[in-house]
Amino acid sequence: MAESKTVTVNFGPVHPAAHGVLRLILDLDGEVVERADPHIGLLHRGTEKLIETKTYLQAIPYFDRLDYVAPMNQEHAFALAIEKLMKVDVPKRGQYIRVLFSEIGRLLSHLLNVTTTAMDVGAMTPITWGFDEREKLLDFYEEVSGSRFHANYFRAGGVHQDLPEGLLEKINDFCISFPKVVDDMETLLTENRIFKQRNVDIGKISKEEAVDNGFSGFVLRASGVPWDLRRSQPYDSYEDFDFKVPIGKNGDCYDRYLCQMDEMRESVKIMTQCINNMPSGEVINRDTKIAPPKRAEMKESMEAIIHHFKFFTEGFHVPEGEIYSAVEAPKGEFGVYLISDNTSRPYRCKIRAPGFAHLQAFNLLSKGHLLADVPAILGSLAIVFGEVDR
Amino acid sequence: MSSPIDLVVQTISEKINPIDVKVINNQIEIIIESRQIITTFQFLKDSSKCQFRQLTDIAGVDYPDRENRFEVVYHLLSFKNNLRARVKVYIDEGSSIDSLTSVFPCANWFEREAFDMYGIQFNDHPDLRRILTDYGFEGYPLRKDFPLSGNVEVRYNEIEKKIVYEPVKLQQDYRHFDIQSPWEGTKYKEEEQDRNGGK
Repeated sequence: MAESKTVTVNFGPVHPAAHGVLRLILDLDGEVVERADPHIGLLHRGTEKLIETKTYLQAIPYFDRLDYVAPMNQEHAFALAIEKLMKVDVPKRGQYIRVLFSEIGRLLSHLLNVTTTAMDVGAMTPITWGFDEREKLLDFYEEVSGSRFHANYFRAGGVHQDLPEGLLEKINDFCISFPKVVDDMETLLTENRIFKQRNVDIGKISKEEAVDNGFSGFVLRASGVPWDLRRSQPYDSYEDFDFKVPIGKNGDCYDRYLCQMDEMRESVKIMTQCINNMPSGEVINRDTKIAPPKRAEMKESMEAIIHHFKFFTEGFHVPEGEIYSAVEAPKGEFGVYLISDNTSRPYRCKIRAPGFAHLQAFNLLSKGHLLADVPAILGSLAIVFGEVDR
Repeated sequence: MSSPIDLVVQTISEKINPIDVKVINNQIEIIIESRQIITTFQFLKDSSKCQFRQLTDIAGVDYPDRENRFEVVYHLLSFKNNLRARVKVYIDEGSSIDSLTSVFPCANWFEREAFDMYGIQFNDHPDLRRILTDYGFEGYPLRKDFPLSGNVEVRYNEIEKKIVYEPVKLQQDYRHFDIQSPWEGTKYKEEEQDRNGGK
């Protein structure tokens, strides 16, 4: 029998460094990775099929369960898609609240990802600090939506309800104290010798390869492509805000880490501007029939009761058409391709998850690296299986 | 005819001879025939006017009533022009379509997903396996004629000490509420009336 040089190893599907249910088949030559074949789909729940059977309103909670690390950013893409198809405007206050909570989502995602990746390569402290901050952010989620993770807060035409009193002050306090935590984390990691040895020049990808492989978000920017949907195709009111888009140079794990750290600082800037310039008024468009009537109206108006009943049974109808709408989610371009057939249920809703494209290039990124680098590369891509498997 | 989107549309309609090109919601929609797919994408990627450098996604869509049942929708992004385009190809159930992996490497998994969900065959694909569904899965779940509850369910059999697959048994049928017109009478009511001779 001819002796094979490579050893095949199963990494996962229940490996703590796999950040979820990833089964990775690795062909190893000694400690060097010859080939990596990710087997995904272990968390496939048929979200797209389920959405086809639900009304537009009932479909929103499914989006929380995609990238469960930053739930509201997904809802945002779906809400934008419906609004574009129906040609509905969002009141300015609704837009600002959505921007505010999208940025909170970005912080949630980056905090989790940077700190857990740091733990995978040996740094234990950042995760305790990072999760402390995440807890505060999740409290804000809870205050507006009643739920820490699966918020179901964004709606077509705005957001579900207005902010509770005093929340903006609390978020403002957070924005003042948070940059210090990012600084502290950077003192532990950025110039740390072990951290740099584990990340610099690992999982390198060039500009061209990153574009060809469908990369987006900070993974693309770390390779030096200045592309951010918030800047280039502003949605909601992102054009009102002053923020920088951090760009990397080398496209390795270390640059991806640096990009995430800088993005957190920029997110705080956007949040502060949001709080300072928060407009007053409605939070959801009440002129068209995509928002339920107010409780007080229903006490007096028969039409309001009928509308309420129709709204929660039949749902609102979306005119025939199709649209691709994308947002800059924390992990990259999160897109929704929505086809409507003039009923109250989507005909087809294709979800474009950034992690799917990133994980696809895993073989390219990990080839020739050591087995110990696999968790570092995996962590630097910010893979969350909720969105990869859908 | 001066804005970038018009220029791109003009170039496309002159050079690649598509079935149809139009602009909807500031996104270009191109419909082409399945045999011209490789040349079209090569042109869209390389031409200096278009520069659609990134393939963002591939989506399958199922229209069981149409002659060509499936629609394969390719989403493209041009960083240079800050434009999005989608290219549509219509194919029927038995036929296959050329794989784009030679033009865009990231088409690999997107095509695997379309194959997994709709059973669309891609020629010359390096590795056309199922991707999202279970090992040994049968059927194409996103087709409109595939039941929402699926065909098999999985459980651990305590006697045989292994995982077993069995046909789905629901205690209660999945209730698909006919909510389109509660006022005029729902569809089953109308059908009932038709059977009773309009009473």
